[in-house]
Amino acid sequence: MYLAAVFLPLIGAIIAGVLAFAKHGAEDRGPGLDRAAQWVTSGAMLLAAVAAIFALMDIVSGGNTQAVEIFTWIDSGSLEFSWELRSDTLSIVMVTMVTVVSSMIHVYSIGYMGHDPGIPRFMGYLSLFTFFMLMLVSANNLVQLFFGWEGVGLASYLLIGFWYDRPAANAAAIKAFVVNRVGDFGFALGIFATFMLFDSVSFDTIFGLAGEKAGATMQVFGGEFHALTVICLLLFVGAMGKSAQLGLHTWLPDAMEGPTPVSALIHAATMVTAGVFMVARLSPLFEQSEIALNVVVIVGASTAIFAATIGCVQNDIKRVIAYSTMSQLGYMFFALGVSAYSAGMFHLITHAFFKALLFLGAGSVIHAMSDEQDMRKMGGLYKLIPVTYVLMWIGSLALAGIWPFAGFFSKDIVLEAAFAANTGVGQYAFWLGIVAAFLTAFYSWRLLIMTFHGTSRADEVTLAHVHESPKVMLIPLAVLALGAIFAGFALFTFFVGEAAPEFWGNSLFVLESHKALEDAHHVPLWVKFAPLVVGLAGILLAYVMYMFAPDLPKALASGFARTYRFVLNKWYFDELYDILFVRPAFVLGRGFWKSGDGDLIDGVGPDGIAAAVRDIARRAGAVQSGYLYHYAFAMLLGIAGLVTWFLVVGG
Amino acid sequence: MTQLAFPDLTLALPEIFLAAAAMVLLMLGVFSRESAAARTVSYASILVLLFTIVMVGLVTDGRAVTFGGTFIVDTFAVYMKALVLLSAAAAILMSREYLETNKIFRFEFPVLVVLAALGMLMMISANDLIALYLGIELQSLSLYVIASFQRDSSRSAEAGLKYFVLGALASGLLLYGMSLVYGFSGSTGFDALAKLFHGDAEHGVPLGVTIGIVFIIAGLAFKVSAVPFHMWTPDVYEGAPTPVTALFAVAPKIAAMALFIRIMVGPFGDLSDQWQQVIIFISVASMLLGAFAAINQTNIKRLMAYSSIGNMGYALIGLAAAGHSGDAEISASGVEGMLVYLAIYMFMNIGTFACILLMRRQGRHVEDISALAGLGKSNPALALALGIFMFSMAGIPPLAGFLGKLYVFQAAIRAELFTLAIIGVLASVVAAFYYLRIVKIMYFDAPEEEFDGPVSFEMKSILVVSSIFILFFILLPVPLLDSAAAATASLFN
Repeated sequence: MYLAAVFLPLIGAIIAGVLAFAKHGAEDRGPGLDRAAQWVTSGAMLLAAVAAIFALMDIVSGGNTQAVEIFTWIDSGSLEFSWELRSDTLSIVMVTMVTVVSSMIHVYSIGYMGHDPGIPRFMGYLSLFTFFMLMLVSANNLVQLFFGWEGVGLASYLLIGFWYDRPAANAAAIKAFVVNRVGDFGFALGIFATFMLFDSVSFDTIFGLAGEKAGATMQVFGGEFHALTVICLLLFVGAMGKSAQLGLHTWLPDAMEGPTPVSALIHAATMVTAGVFMVARLSPLFEQSEIALNVVVIVGASTAIFAATIGCVQNDIKRVIAYSTMSQLGYMFFALGVSAYSAGMFHLITHAFFKALLFLGAGSVIHAMSDEQDMRKMGGLYKLIPVTYVLMWIGSLALAGIWPFAGFFSKDIVLEAAFAANTGVGQYAFWLGIVAAFLTAFYSWRLLIMTFHGTSRADEVTLAHVHESPKVMLIPLAVLALGAIFAGFALFTFFVGEAAPEFWGNSLFVLESHKALEDAHHVPLWVKFAPLVVGLAGILLAYVMYMFAPDLPKALASGFARTYRFVLNKWYFDELYDILFVRPAFVLGRGFWKSGDGDLIDGVGPDGIAAAVRDIARRAGAVQSGYLYHYAFAMLLGIAGLVTWFLVVGG
Repeated sequence: MTQLAFPDLTLALPEIFLAAAAMVLLMLGVFSRESAAARTVSYASILVLLFTIVMVGLVTDGRAVTFGGTFIVDTFAVYMKALVLLSAAAAILMSREYLETNKIFRFEFPVLVVLAALGMLMMISANDLIALYLGIELQSLSLYVIASFQRDSSRSAEAGLKYFVLGALASGLLLYGMSLVYGFSGSTGFDALAKLFHGDAEHGVPLGVTIGIVFIIAGLAFKVSAVPFHMWTPDVYEGAPTPVTALFAVAPKIAAMALFIRIMVGPFGDLSDQWQQVIIFISVASMLLGAFAAINQTNIKRLMAYSSIGNMGYALIGLAAAGHSGDAEISASGVEGMLVYLAIYMFMNIGTFACILLMRRQGRHVEDISALAGLGKSNPALALALGIFMFSMAGIPPLAGFLGKLYVFQAAIRAELFTLAIIGVLASVVAAFYYLRIVKIMYFDAPEEEFDGPVSFEMKSILVVSSIFILFFILLPVPLLDSAAAATASLFN
């Protein structure tokens, strides 16, 4: 079951890849190949999803089982590990989520990408991405995790740049790749450090020894540091890159250049949660380092509020959701940071459903609006695309954390855990989280109102074309909507409620002294209600500003012009990085290219040698005068030289 | 004076046959109808040469001497004679078309080639300084004549004259060296000299012997056209009729190399400290000059002249490695590498010259490299064949030329001649430039007029055989390697 869930997507990807090549040669058979690619990949994904659900049932009923070893990968000295599928609750939960969401997105793509010339390639990339993601979540050692990690990075690069004839898409793809390299560098260093400390990279060994090594130190740049803190911080840099946390987040909004199903799959439901998953997976290490945990909390909470503020002023419908994703990832991280791993994972799962729903809903809107993404050119669409409208409402309600939608349960427990942690950083996270929750509700309804209500601001031609999406797109949306409605309610007991310890088994590790999650169930009543209240307040404010007093936003924007511009420009992160890194890199690169490579290496090397050879060749040819006595003289000179040499040196 | 027994003629049977055959061929030419004489004698000479190969192969394996120890027959001689006879036969086979076009297709040409081949066989079997000289002179005299075979062409006459005068000078050097060696040792026989010098490495030999060896080396270096005794090569190659150049590039080189090997590892084997440095010097100088001077050439025969100078440099690497004092196994690996190199060199050169002989436009032979432009389109098969030969000469794996270089470089490494090997590799990088330039001209330059067709059967078969050998040698190298090893072994016993 487990093997099928992981490898079916790979088979689908390979077949789609072959079809893509086949299509390259035979355009006339294009439509047939397109259909074949869609059915094969979607079919494989649906089967994988079913297999994953069965595997999940197994785990829930039978407890945690051992890993599935495929074959030995590297066996070199003490470095030894295999391709293995870890089968514990954490992995299986992720596998199930990834396959279910991904299969919905595959089906949705049949409709959404129906008119694209590169269908087999697109479907192949999607499946390939899913396979890598599954390798990542099912890894049983750090290197396999890294393999999946880099694999999803590659697939995300390919998918963001799917429309490779658009310069913006290429730029975004490169940006995503490069920014992720920064994170991956940290991750790789983290793996090296782990191997240095534990002499192993497989999870069972590391986790078994983590307690023993809690006090170990290691040398870094001449200083003596707490080893596990160093390792965890390095690994967390990787997580920050992949999960777009503050500092390494700049690629995520730009990644919206990719097709919308890609945004839904990669940048909402799955890939960006890899960082969260990784921290949860490595909970036995993070638990040993108070500093690392605090860093996780601070980064998470800061990202949550930072992204929420930007989300409030964006006008591109996908970018609003993208910032919302960042913000929600921040929630997950600070939950992990206060040792409420299961709460973070809970929010991850519910978020996957409602964020995929929102993205695909936005895709449906964009599809209806003939590829228009600017909300300022929308409005009044609810009568034209009612099903999408309802689905977007469900997604927004879940996102804003309104009872009984999924987000309510998970966001509540996250915030309660932060409060219950009873530490400085916990309080920091809690209060920022509350404000962010308010902003979340606000921008969600801002999006709903600007898109669906009021008078239409679109032009006649676009409006005439507006149509409800086909069933092949709406059915996946409906399935995800079910998840957005019921996932929180249904999973609460298992993930964070009474059944949690049994459900998670030993796949998550929490120190005895870290009781945030336990205490979260006993926080004061106002803490429990605060998220809901601020959520409703946010919704109310959105109605006031965008429905009842439409002039208010403009007045605010001009009244607080500086703040507005600061937020609108995403806190000037891109500009800052441009000055700090991009331009110096260009200058450095140009310097290496022009003077280093061009003048020095080429000048002395290839060009210089070539010139010298030419010169020598000319001289060597010139000796050949054609005169007999020159030749005879040369021979005598030669013999005289050789004899002299012998008399002087050899003799 | 002891009564000399009548010498054992059976050992020299191939040579005696060839000498007799040459005279019969001459008669055949004289008494045939004039119109058919040249053609008849040509094919008859090829048959004679091929039959001689069979005889050479039958005569012996192992080692035997006759004529009072001046004539030796061993596996080494068999190997080298086979190469020489094969290349002489190929040269005659290739010559017909060219000679006909230039109206010099006369029956004396094949007879002279047969006589030259006889001289080369004598050289290979020489076991005495005098025998050596006789062989060289017989060979050279024949070659001087055929170099100027196109009498009415001033270039051909000039080539013959230059070769003759400089050859005489080289012979003088050689004789002078031989007389020095004889004067200081009292013997001309190789076996006697070897016995005399055995163990002399420690306490040194008379200075006269050393200088004598240097002179002998100079004389032989002239024959293999190694730097600084190479100056005649480009002029003669360019001036002589192309089939003659094809012969020059292969058969005399192989014979002279055989002599080089036999005399250096034989009588002077224990004096390797004396001559190894000289060989290294001429090897390095030949490789470098061959690589650099060829770059600016526009005439393909001149280019091949420099190419053969360079190639002789590579072959001499093997001889330098054979000069490794002490370990006979390492010395043997040097000789073995050389033998393999020469065999591969023969195939590459015969093939390349076959291509050059096919460069004909409107009944005239052209020699400019630029004439090859666009051959890839106008005659893909010929371009492919020439491309294979050029890539092989440049030492691109998996072609035979790569393996040839590999073996000599390996021998040099084993003999710890690292500098020599590195210079060799670098020189082959430079040389690759002009080989690959020909490929570039054929495939990437704008096509010129097509060459005259059709390609005759004999040319086709030469091209096919040599390209197949070059392409697929790597798949079945064992027969050649084994015979080279056997030839080497007979030399070191």
